[in-house]
Amino acid sequence: MATVPMEQVLIVAGVLFVLGLAGVLMRRNILFVLLSLEIMLNAAGLAFIAAGYRWGQADGQVMFIFILSMAAAEVSVGLALVLRLHDRFRTLDSQAAGKMRG
Amino acid sequence: MNEVFYASSAIAIAATLMAVTRPNAVHALIYLIVSLLAVAVIFYVLGAQFVAALEVIIYAGAIMVLFLFAVMMLGLTPESIEQEGRWLLAPGAWIGPSLLAAILLGELIYVLTATDGQAAGVQVVDPRQFGMTLFGPYLLGVELASLLLLAGLVGAYHLGRRTPGEPGGRPGEEG
Repeated sequence: MATVPMEQVLIVAGVLFVLGLAGVLMRRNILFVLLSLEIMLNAAGLAFIAAGYRWGQADGQVMFIFILSMAAAEVSVGLALVLRLHDRFRTLDSQAAGKMRG
Repeated sequence: MNEVFYASSAIAIAATLMAVTRPNAVHALIYLIVSLLAVAVIFYVLGAQFVAALEVIIYAGAIMVLFLFAVMMLGLTPESIEQEGRWLLAPGAWIGPSLLAAILLGELIYVLTATDGQAAGVQVVDPRQFGMTLFGPYLLGVELASLLLLAGLVGAYHLGRRTPGEPGGRPGEEG
């Protein structure tokens, strides 16, 4: 298989993470914020896989499974919240969520 | 195999860049699926075949389909796409955050390149070893993950439920 240095894999993971972070900071549409959160979680998983690859251990992949299940739980609750927000305010603007009371 | 890694890394970064800058949610989703598939190829190259399959099935399959359902339920109007494009085009909205994120990335790359790079061992972690670790030392973590998924299920059901007589109602019933 490959003989890529772990640092290069970590750089790719870092670039993906920062792209997701920039998406979270830049976007106003809450759906895109959730999407960017998924990008960040995936980049964190890539970093774990890189570590597992470096030391030839299965622990990195196990951590990826936990990240995967966490992302699934997060996205289901997050999308339910997005639907509620759209029901109530007729918009996906995250600024509108500041007015959510009661 | 190193070329495969570099090519799929380039595809992943380019597709993610497109995904975070598209005003149309469906276009962004498709770019994100491409990015996830490229990351799955990276996993495969790094000797994590089982996780590569899971990435395709769960991330690119289940989670993205969930997003697609949400986009379809919300009903993407041309006005909302145009509004998103306006938000994106306003430079004040994104220059600051992206500049700060770029500085963070520069620091990260500097830290990673400052240490001497060493070629990693060529070791494939097969699904058997992976399963033994997952259900051996990490058994408690598996149980906690199942509890988390249950909490997510109950939470999504509770939040998605619409009680009668509440303002809002179903999306199709009014304007």
